[in-house]
Amino acid sequence: MPVLKCPVCGGDVEVPDDVMPGELIDHDCGVTLEVVKKEDGTIELRPFEGVGEDWGE
Amino acid sequence: MERLGMVYMVARWEEKAIAKAGEKRGVKVKLLHLPSLHLLIGEHVAELPQVVLQRSISHYAALSSTLVLESLGVRVVNTSTATAAANDKIWSAALLSRAGVAMPQTGVAWSMDAALRLAEKMGYPVVVKPSNGSWGRMVALADDEEDLRAILEHREYMPQPEMKVHMLQEYVAKPGRDIRVTVVGGRPVAGIYRYSEHWITNTARGGRAEPAPVEGELGEIAVRAVEAVGLEVAGVDVFEHPERGYLVNEVNPVPEFKNTVRVTGVDVAGEIVDYLIGILRK
Repeated sequence: MPVLKCPVCGGDVEVPDDVMPGELIDHDCGVTLEVVKKEDGTIELRPFEGVGEDWGE
Repeated sequence: MERLGMVYMVARWEEKAIAKAGEKRGVKVKLLHLPSLHLLIGEHVAELPQVVLQRSISHYAALSSTLVLESLGVRVVNTSTATAAANDKIWSAALLSRAGVAMPQTGVAWSMDAALRLAEKMGYPVVVKPSNGSWGRMVALADDEEDLRAILEHREYMPQPEMKVHMLQEYVAKPGRDIRVTVVGGRPVAGIYRYSEHWITNTARGGRAEPAPVEGELGEIAVRAVEAVGLEVAGVDVFEHPERGYLVNEVNPVPEFKNTVRVTGVDVAGEIVDYLIGILRK
């Protein structure tokens, strides 16, 4: 499992091997993190801002 | 190059299952994560897939991204017109009615006074629904005129213009459950009963689920509803009326199906991917 840094608390975040961009991870520090793929193909985490409107069904 | 794609905002259980179902079939599904995507309308991009499944949880992001992809010649499932119609409960109710699909009596009023008169005509209790909403949120039950007046006053103070258009629906006394039928490519692939003590029975709101048989009348009405709105992949919410039988409450163009798979064992993601592959081969 790759380990990334939480952009909010700086702690370690274990990311599943089959992780997909757009996946949400609840971190121990209380922040929901979103997996984002960068231009170079690597992934990073950023605080999830929500989708801004009603969603789902 | 990947010929199949999936456009989405958040990778939930369903989106991961769809990507995995593609892998299992030897088809890599190109992931179009909307927050990382930008496109020029009408200017073709070589690396776009031919067929794309729309899985965005935001209604407006789903419709706008479908429209832009269609402008680039991409075949999107569901189409933009079907997505727009399904996400607008007044639009979809009008299409269901025109196609003769049984549904709860539904009325629309364009002012508070007119809504109160409409409710008198329909008879209480009535359900007040937002024309664009999900998971049963902002859906309210009015037992009498006092309830309705309070609900409408709250709506009238909200800034969104759609809150000034009041959609009222007959309250159907369900037998403690409703039904979700998942339809893929004109076939009812799975169904679940959603039980709840509360009158809003969405499993997203904590209801319990059991398998429902989709052979026969239930599957047929779900397919007719989906066809009326022009959807190819959909979740259809059905009520059981004690006298009138099955009534279609809603159709959903980006259905969640985690509970359906858990309860029925049907590989819904596989069904969807097989349908997309079928379009590619045409």
